[in-house]
Amino acid sequence: MEDVMDRGGVDLRVRIGALHLRNPVLTASGTFGYGRELTAFVNPARLGGIVVKGISLAPRPGNPPPRVVETACGMLNAIGLENVGVERFISDKLPFLRQTGTRVIVNILGDTVEEYGRLAGRLAGVEGIDALEVNISCPNVKKGGVAFGTVPETAAAVTRAVRAAADVPVIVKLSPNVTDIAVIARAVEDAGADAVSLINTLLGMAIDSRSRKPCLANVVGGLSGPAIKPVALRMVWQVARAVAIPVIGIGGIATAEDALEFLLAGATAVQVGTANFYRPWAGEEIIDGIRDFLRQEGEPAVRNIIGQVRVDEQ
Amino acid sequence: MTEFQEKSTVTARESLAGDVFRLTVQAPRIAAAAQPGQFVMVRVGDTLDPLLRRPLSIHQVLPDGGLRLLFKVVGKGTGLLAELGPGRKIDLIGPLGRGFSLAPAGSACLIGGGMGMAPLYFLAQRLLRGKPGPGHDQVLLGARNRAELSLPAAEFSGLGYPLHLATDDGSLGHHGFVPELLDDVLPSVRQVYVCGPYPMMRMVALKCRTAGVACQVSLETHMACGLGVCLGCAVTVAAGGYKHVCKDGPVFAADEVLWKM
Repeated sequence: MEDVMDRGGVDLRVRIGALHLRNPVLTASGTFGYGRELTAFVNPARLGGIVVKGISLAPRPGNPPPRVVETACGMLNAIGLENVGVERFISDKLPFLRQTGTRVIVNILGDTVEEYGRLAGRLAGVEGIDALEVNISCPNVKKGGVAFGTVPETAAAVTRAVRAAADVPVIVKLSPNVTDIAVIARAVEDAGADAVSLINTLLGMAIDSRSRKPCLANVVGGLSGPAIKPVALRMVWQVARAVAIPVIGIGGIATAEDALEFLLAGATAVQVGTANFYRPWAGEEIIDGIRDFLRQEGEPAVRNIIGQVRVDEQ
Repeated sequence: MTEFQEKSTVTARESLAGDVFRLTVQAPRIAAAAQPGQFVMVRVGDTLDPLLRRPLSIHQVLPDGGLRLLFKVVGKGTGLLAELGPGRKIDLIGPLGRGFSLAPAGSACLIGGGMGMAPLYFLAQRLLRGKPGPGHDQVLLGARNRAELSLPAAEFSGLGYPLHLATDDGSLGHHGFVPELLDDVLPSVRQVYVCGPYPMMRMVALKCRTAGVACQVSLETHMACGLGVCLGCAVTVAAGGYKHVCKDGPVFAADEVLWKM
């Protein structure tokens, strides 16, 4: 699996701590199912990895409909973390993922710090899992429903619980719905995170003026798609300067040009999300586009451009 | 199940009523695999707004690999689609979802309201396979007015089906809603297939349940992908929890659905 050179003679390999990726393009959680759904359109073996739909200890049914609505250059979703639960994930979903020939990163979520720790413990030692991504945007039921990811102390507590129980690299996925995302990033770095990924969706809302009702049954939802890219890029740039651990960029990435911007801003890898919904092959196209760019620029390796945005000194 | 992406060429565009259009496209692989009740996800160009594909049910499959899509302009996506003339390209993914189960015996009634007529024509075609004619099967169609209804009605009629029509303004057939036509025919029907606005399908489902007649409904929801990954197209089911229109449907047994009042 670890070809030294990509077929085009360009080295696309990157490392997220101990996690070695053949290229820096991953699929974002919740946009690629459990790996099997889109195989008519994309070869998972060509991707850097798949981040699977978020998993909780018990299955979750999700929110009432309507759950999605399109907005300008993006969409709002309030899926409600619908998932099959960790046991069915291991028995029904993981066997397929294992043989795709790509890295498998399992996104996990919980309502309490203990739940996160138990989930990481349940997945420890399970064959075919290359890393965990921790969704800390969930409401903390013991702290009145405030999301773990909005308070540095609770973000750190979740990170410590997962790091203590996990036997693979731990990536903490940060919420953008905070005043200073760099503060949260430093808190999870200090708590032992091997990497951070950002951003999760931006909280948003849409109203149908005719019915005078919110477009989503949940009233508010997470905004994703090209509309959020500049915000995501800014946050990746800020966090990359604030922490020493690798940063994975997420947010409206639909083309190789988008991905390159995130790499230049300091991301070691990127995740493609909403674009998978309308172009399931977007990840493969982005890999090809990054390779073409590097060849044109005479760069032998993708790692040479990470963080290389040229900011003039003031 | 096999799904394809096809960059299809538009071969014809027809304007049925002011905001109702019909596109004929060449999509031979999707056409060959399609079953009645299945849908395609449609994208026009590479725009960021609209961003997502639009789900449209397969209206007709033509012997030359053509597909017909019937739709009303309701927003930007369908607006762009309505502007496409012959020779233009559209990007299709399909055929998707679980279509109608073709009931083996007994007379069927196909009920379409508005754009809900779209999948029923393909079903009406397929029900005729290996048969000399529609037998006791019949079709009930409703629309806002004559302009919207006359061409589809003529085509169903062309297949030999007895028709019962209703329009909101009374310009063609019964002046009122299409479920009102069902009472007279229901006693002789074994299987109902319905697609249309939610209140209409709910009323048909209720009448069928009362009469003990099997009913299949084709549901419509917002969906981002149509491929089973966004989980956005949930519908509440009577057994509790949710199913997804894109993979579990769009066709469901009417009794499986928890109908909202």
